[in-house]
Amino acid sequence: MSMSDEGELAIANMGFVRREQLPPQPPPRRMTGPIGWVRENLLSTPLNIVLTILVALLLAWVIPEIVNFLFIDAVWTGMDRDACREVVQHREIGACWPFVWERLPYFIYGSYPGPERWRVDVFFALLAVAVVWTLWLGAPRRDIGMVYAFVLMPVASFILLHGFEVIGLPVVDTVLWGGVLVTIVVASVGIVASLPLGILLALGRRSHMPAVRLFSTIFIEFVRGVPLVTVLFMASVMLPLFVPDNFEPDKLLRALIGIALFASAYMAEVVRAGLQAIPKGQFEGAMAVGLTYWQRMRLIILPQALKTTIPNIVNNYVALFKDTTLVFIVGIFDLLRTIEVARIDPKWAAPVTSTTGYAVAAIFYLVFCYGMSRYARAVETRLAQSDRR
Amino acid sequence: MSTTDLTRGDPPARVPFYNNPKVRSLAYQFALCVVIVLLVWGAASNAIDHLRRAHIASGFGFWNTTAGFDISQTLISYSAQASTYGRAFWVGLLNTLLVAGLGIVFATIIGFVVGLSRLSKNWLLAKVAGGYVETIRNLPLLLQLLFWYNAVLKALPEIRDSLTIGGAVYLNNRGLFLPKPSALSGFGWVEIAFFVGLVLSIVFTIWARRRQERSGAQTPVLWVTLGLVVGLPVIALLATGVPVLFESPQAGRFNISGGIEVLPEFAALLFGLSIYTAAFIAEVVRAGITSVSRGQVEAAYSLGLRPRPTLRLIVVPQAMRVIIPPLTNQYLNLVKNSTLAVAIGYPDLVQVFTGTVLNQTGQAVEVVAITMLVYLTISLATSVAMNVYNSRMTLVER
Repeated sequence: MSMSDEGELAIANMGFVRREQLPPQPPPRRMTGPIGWVRENLLSTPLNIVLTILVALLLAWVIPEIVNFLFIDAVWTGMDRDACREVVQHREIGACWPFVWERLPYFIYGSYPGPERWRVDVFFALLAVAVVWTLWLGAPRRDIGMVYAFVLMPVASFILLHGFEVIGLPVVDTVLWGGVLVTIVVASVGIVASLPLGILLALGRRSHMPAVRLFSTIFIEFVRGVPLVTVLFMASVMLPLFVPDNFEPDKLLRALIGIALFASAYMAEVVRAGLQAIPKGQFEGAMAVGLTYWQRMRLIILPQALKTTIPNIVNNYVALFKDTTLVFIVGIFDLLRTIEVARIDPKWAAPVTSTTGYAVAAIFYLVFCYGMSRYARAVETRLAQSDRR
Repeated sequence: MSTTDLTRGDPPARVPFYNNPKVRSLAYQFALCVVIVLLVWGAASNAIDHLRRAHIASGFGFWNTTAGFDISQTLISYSAQASTYGRAFWVGLLNTLLVAGLGIVFATIIGFVVGLSRLSKNWLLAKVAGGYVETIRNLPLLLQLLFWYNAVLKALPEIRDSLTIGGAVYLNNRGLFLPKPSALSGFGWVEIAFFVGLVLSIVFTIWARRRQERSGAQTPVLWVTLGLVVGLPVIALLATGVPVLFESPQAGRFNISGGIEVLPEFAALLFGLSIYTAAFIAEVVRAGITSVSRGQVEAAYSLGLRPRPTLRLIVVPQAMRVIIPPLTNQYLNLVKNSTLAVAIGYPDLVQVFTGTVLNQTGQAVEVVAITMLVYLTISLATSVAMNVYNSRMTLVER
């Protein structure tokens, strides 16, 4: 036996040296899987345990209340208020759905005459096309879509909704319009009018001409400094004084003017923020290739500025959509007002009627506003991807 | 080639004057001014014409005319027979400021709690806070106000079935009735103690700051000042034998008299404004805290600071710089949104002045102008203050 063999043997006999790697052990059961997740995210410190219990108790109280009200205790059929009154039915009463079902046409069309309501349906369809065409980033020919949404659709909708005797559409007075129709009309007019006006005001505020800059700034700061309610009051009580008698705008038009002016001042600030983010070199480069002011803005500056502000523009539209409810205060029958009128109708007067009506309005606004803000966030993510490269 | 070629070349083509940018710019501005002057002049002459035909007085003479209508909540003395429209204006303005001031306090508290909860490591808490923000922000404020007023507060029991706590506090669909404290003789000591505490705490704060600048030692300023401002008056109150008389509201069959009355309109507006604005403040707070880079916290830990001092000394001061400008913006929005009081009948400035006074006098131009001026003053004053703040807080970079 040589020396080396002896050494080899010595190593082989030492029990504590392993020749092969052990398979990895699974992590402790308490730190992984659902249990680990709960320990990590719900029960990590004594304070967190207390908070988790409190929040869980809160949820255990609120969620069953809502589910009971909307579904389990809700009344699904009935002819009048007696179906929805505890004193008559001798049970816990939740939402009064037959009331909503009967008043649904009123909530959607207001007092728009029955035989003409197809015109409102066509308007909703035209609007849906415009929304999809302009918002879906993969849609074909979005330039035509823009022209359609901002020029053709408004004109066609006005003829359709208001009426045009020559082509056989009887005129429907705007006093009869109401419900979702008015809410959508006010919101779309605000949206369609505020973008171009806002862009003009924003450009005006950054103009090199002192007079243009002064007037734009005064307008923007004035409108942003006062509440929408007072703008609407101004439009509804002062506007008729300022225009000649034969031009007197009707009630809805006055509110629309108020909303459009208000929205464009806010839009101007959003666009201005986008313009400020454009590097100076872009302006100078555009000038150097000999473009005129409007060519520079249309071809170089605005496409870049508007692209980065799309999320802010959409968020602004969410705020505008919520603000349309304020036309209620100057006596216009938007969705909220029709609900207010319907809920105090003696035929359906019951303790749960108000809450049912507000639940319907809440679902409507939640769906639209949440949809819009989701869209804004999706666009933001997509733009962030293009910038990351 | 020589330089003479350049100098001797054809004289530059003369630009016609209408292509000169300066002339053009002047012409555009002149045209804009003319259009605006014409519009204003046309509107003014139409308005004068209309008002003359409708026999509506103009000017501010109505300010000193007797109002002749009642207001449900008055913070200063007011009566329908004796008080003027001017007085009604002040009553409305104070009501607006009351609801806006309390709304700002509550919205800030709820907003900070929710905003911090959204950043909590507790999954359930963060999700619930997120759900609150997403729901409240996507519902119109007017809908929320109508819900609180019509569906919650108006659904409380009638007066004869009032909820009551020991016959001192009543809650019903006409409002919340609380005992009204009134000072007896000897209460002056409490007021004196309060002012002494206030002065002492200011002195102490200055001393503590000097000491920290000199030696770096920190003192618990917050607790000491709280103890001085709150503790001293409480001791004085107890020492003088609580010289306060509580006048409980008296419940009758059809109404409740005496005590402090909190109108349901006021409560609904305060709830609605606080909860709505809190959702926006929560987002502002969250954005502010996430704007402090992770490295700041790690650096603080590596210096040996514990989590709480890290938050107090490193994160919060840097986050506040980002939070405060949008926060004041939200406060302004709250003040402007308080005009929705008109929908539920709380007597704020718009309801009293732009509603009732306008209807009675018919002087639309003056009334709307005064109302707008009030809100414009508040907004512009705040933005001037914000600009000063921003210029002081801007990071001075090398």
